Amino acid sequence: MPANRFNGHTDYGIGIGLRSPHYHHILTRKPVVDWFEIISENFMIDGGRPLRILDQVLEQYKVVQHGVSMYFGSAERPNREHLKRLKTLVQRTKTPWLSDHLCWGSVDGRYTHDLLPMPYTFEAARITAQKIREVRDFIEIPVAVENVSSYAEFHVSEMTEWEFLNEVAERADCGILLDVNNIYVSSQNHSFDPFTYVNSVPAERVAQIHIAGHSKYRKYILDTHDHPVIDPVWKLYARTIERVGHTATLLEWDDSIPSFGEVHDEALKANRFLASASLATAV
Amino acid sequence: MKLLNLQRRMARAVMTPLTRSERMRAVAPDGRSMRAVANQIIKPNDRLTSFERLEIYNRQYWFRVLSAFAEDFPGLRAVLGGRRFDAMAKAYLIDCPSQSFTLRNLGSRLLSWLQKHPAWARERQNLAVDMARLEWADIEAFDGLREPALKPEDLAGVNPEKLRLRLQPYVSLLALRYPVDDLLLEVRKDSDDLDVASNTFSERHKRKRVSTVAKLTPSPIFLAVHRLDEDVYFRRLDREEFAILSSLHPGKSLSAAIESALRHSPIVAADRAAHVEKWFHTWSALGWFCRPQKYVVTFHAQTESFGKAKIYE
Repeated sequence: MPANRFNGHTDYGIGIGLRSPHYHHILTRKPVVDWFEIISENFMIDGGRPLRILDQVLEQYKVVQHGVSMYFGSAERPNREHLKRLKTLVQRTKTPWLSDHLCWGSVDGRYTHDLLPMPYTFEAARITAQKIREVRDFIEIPVAVENVSSYAEFHVSEMTEWEFLNEVAERADCGILLDVNNIYVSSQNHSFDPFTYVNSVPAERVAQIHIAGHSKYRKYILDTHDHPVIDPVWKLYARTIERVGHTATLLEWDDSIPSFGEVHDEALKANRFLASASLATAV
Repeated sequence: MKLLNLQRRMARAVMTPLTRSERMRAVAPDGRSMRAVANQIIKPNDRLTSFERLEIYNRQYWFRVLSAFAEDFPGLRAVLGGRRFDAMAKAYLIDCPSQSFTLRNLGSRLLSWLQKHPAWARERQNLAVDMARLEWADIEAFDGLREPALKPEDLAGVNPEKLRLRLQPYVSLLALRYPVDDLLLEVRKDSDDLDVASNTFSERHKRKRVSTVAKLTPSPIFLAVHRLDEDVYFRRLDREEFAILSSLHPGKSLSAAIESALRHSPIVAADRAAHVEKWFHTWSALGWFCRPQKYVVTFHAQTESFGKAKIYE
């Protein structure tokens, strides 16, 4: 299960996000890290320090690209400039797969820079799947879609979120980046059982997993990536690993970022679940 | 409801400006009831109404774009003052919402917008425009393309009458009415200091900055905003330097650019060659010139490439 056609038949372990407060530590101390995930848009530029640092990181580490503004679910066609820059970066990083979100965020050429939730309709699934195929055909590497955290549901929805995810993944024949923190956040905001979600995802399509922390407010939970992973999310992660096996896992920590060591230690907690999955496979 | 229609409605709601207390408006500026819009598209749950759920996205949108914008223009914030800058930023982002997949380009239309809306800066309009120019040039210099730099051997045997040079795409030449480079550096230094400062210290710095802005008097400068070893620098230029480099932009040959730049210069004729040699040495050492594809490039190739270099007068 771990190496599949949706993650380029790779067998990556535990990674963390490459973030600027850690650049100096990474480049000078060269810590042992399985892989780094980069936000593609931060490096889809023509030159300068970000690309120089990326090149230095690439000399030492494996890098996987994760995007935040392809907006597979936007009704409009993919932006050609975006695609061209993304492909240039893919050629630079040699990322074995590429992920972005199952959401929308732009309409009529205007960008919200947010991960807005999809209406779970068959029309939306068809349009989204078509766009994923277009992107994959252009980029020429496997694509995985990530479930987002959401704070709203639409009247027009015709299915559950996990049914929608499966519908899109099947139609696009793409991988899934399963964010178990996002499942937990949405389950609290929309009152569903997160294990039903995890148990419904086609295990053979899971290319990668995200874990993260979040912030709890009085009436809802916000996906802030600024805390350690909480126990209920680790339990969901354990169940996910039980179903999909040893899978590339990435800890997201994007705000109030602590030291490199603290972030890496938090990510490495995933090892206790991955180790048991490896053991089960061996037996 | 079709996907496109739903997305248009929701995006309009999400991008509607917040109230003064940073909540979602009950009524949009065009008279729509936001509650009706929310009820029509979004389900309520046992804790939140449709309005409250939509409001989460409305607030997130404005917090995100305003904070990204403020991060890019700390100098303009110092010129206008915090409250006026925040109001101006909202007005700008209403008129010029992002049209790019990256927040990096959020301020790309600020300069022209500011020139059309002088009421925001009032008596500081020229200062504000200068600062906006500088801060946008800074963004461009940070991640602009670096082409292979011109090498001495590229010039061997080339007739200066025919030599046409191109500036690196990341270099911007600015003719400014105020010495805003000094002000921006001071604002940044303040900001670095504030990272470790107490409230009292921060208040003192704020007062100092306000007083610096108030004292700033017009004093024309010529500036190159460029990058060296991946750090962005502001380099003051002599008037003649600026004139030569600017003349290269529309495709003049090097000798024609030098001739026109020095025509009315107070530099005495006997010293001119030495000046030009010194300037050229500096520009070359800084890697400002691109290596020509051929030693003498065609006019067509120049116009395409020169479009990337930026000159603001």
